[in-house]
Amino acid sequence: MCGIVALFLKDKSLEPQLGSLLSDMLISLTDRGPDSAGIAVYGSGTENRSKITIQSPSPTKDFSGLAAELAGKIGAKAKMVVKSTHAVIDVPAAKLNEARNAITELRADTRVMGVGDVVEIYKEVGLPKTVVERFDLTKMSGTHGIGHTRMATESAVTTMGAHPFSTGPDQCLVHNGSLSNHNNVRRELVREGIRFETENDTEVAAAYISSKIARGLNLGEALEHSLEDLDGFFTFVVGTKSGFGVVRDPIACKPAIMAKTDQYVAFGTEYRALANLPGIEQAKVWEPEPSTVYFWEH
Amino acid sequence: MQVFDLATAPLRDLNQALHHVKNGSNETAWEVLNPKGSHAVAVGLDQPIIVDVRGSVGYYCGGMNARGTITVHGSAGPGVGENMMSGAIIVKGDASQYAGATGNGGLLVIEGNASSRCGISMKGINIVVHGNIGHMSAFMAQSGNLVVLGDAGDALGDSIYEARLFVRGKVKSLGADCIAKEMRPQHIEILRDLLEHAGVSGVKPEEFTRYGSARTLYNFNIDNADAY
Repeated sequence: MCGIVALFLKDKSLEPQLGSLLSDMLISLTDRGPDSAGIAVYGSGTENRSKITIQSPSPTKDFSGLAAELAGKIGAKAKMVVKSTHAVIDVPAAKLNEARNAITELRADTRVMGVGDVVEIYKEVGLPKTVVERFDLTKMSGTHGIGHTRMATESAVTTMGAHPFSTGPDQCLVHNGSLSNHNNVRRELVREGIRFETENDTEVAAAYISSKIARGLNLGEALEHSLEDLDGFFTFVVGTKSGFGVVRDPIACKPAIMAKTDQYVAFGTEYRALANLPGIEQAKVWEPEPSTVYFWEH
Repeated sequence: MQVFDLATAPLRDLNQALHHVKNGSNETAWEVLNPKGSHAVAVGLDQPIIVDVRGSVGYYCGGMNARGTITVHGSAGPGVGENMMSGAIIVKGDASQYAGATGNGGLLVIEGNASSRCGISMKGINIVVHGNIGHMSAFMAQSGNLVVLGDAGDALGDSIYEARLFVRGKVKSLGADCIAKEMRPQHIEILRDLLEHAGVSGVKPEEFTRYGSARTLYNFNIDNADAY
């Protein structure tokens, strides 16, 4: 099971509604995965600034005074917005890696959900509705976003096992399915020096994509390679700074449906997720083909 | 006409009402509004009633249908008409994967395209697709007819038993033990009848190629022992 939604806006007038549209889409798929839910929103960035989304099991303790301590450590201004167990920290783009390392040093229990110029990633254990309310996601605006609701099959129900998984700056991946060779692929990636947080199969897929990109492939090429190297069932949806991509395994058991209008391109695991989008009756609706990489970019 | 609006009434009430229709009842015409991708719309009909669904449905619409006539004025999700026994289902749009899976009888018409595994393990159902069908269609199909006016995807009829497959367009590839066969007069007749029942006009049975089982997998071949 699991449910995936994605919405890519072509019509700028819809951007203030991105969070609410995406939240409704995700909540409609609650019965496909009530374990945990997550959402990645691509909002507006500020020039020469980057964002780090972090999570803490004890946010009150960890987030208190963090922005000031971080600013002192990196010698530059750091702004922090706290939302429940997550915080988004805005730092100078040039100081991104330094800040990321400094946060882990200052607060050992925090985990980085994602980094980038525009992306913010929120994920927690619980129903989509609870997660949406907890992070006030309906109020978020943005150009595009991805959501996932999880029914765990391969590993524990934890915050870190929830999707989306970050695959690099402004990149994330969500997965419906289960990989059968993830232990082997994980061992190979560990030999390359990649560290894993969980036993989760999707984290392996995300790390695999990151590793390919680090070797100079673009995201489309990395997804093409995943069709050869990853075995099992998957529908992947990936988010990038400029858009999103979709790929399904050659058997394509895991359902996927897409809709396109002049205003948006939308993805849903089921039609239910798309049924309340504006103008859906006039949309072109189709199923993405197996073993085919699709991309939409601004 | 009984009208049921799924925006205001629960799906369970609809299906219960459809199941409570008595033999010989006058309540033969039903209309379902706002399905919005709901699962299991009008499953398990057992009376000759007519159900018009105004919009797109999710999983298993019309599953196990016996004697009912269901028209989906939209597209259907996975497993439309799964294990249908008799009656008819007409999908005005497209159908997702495994349309008509394991169907024992009746007629399933898809006026758009059908996705992968259309007619998987069919056991006597007749399926007519106006558009194309996806990969692995008619996998282990046992009996009945699958008619495709467009093209078929990869591995058509893999491990097929005695179902007949008629494809008018191109077949991307045939599955194990599935071969093209001669169109004999009785096949032309079967196809003509099916096209007429499915409301297809302007298409001749002679334009189709028949595919079926080469029957080489029916018995164990000792030369293949190493493969297991």
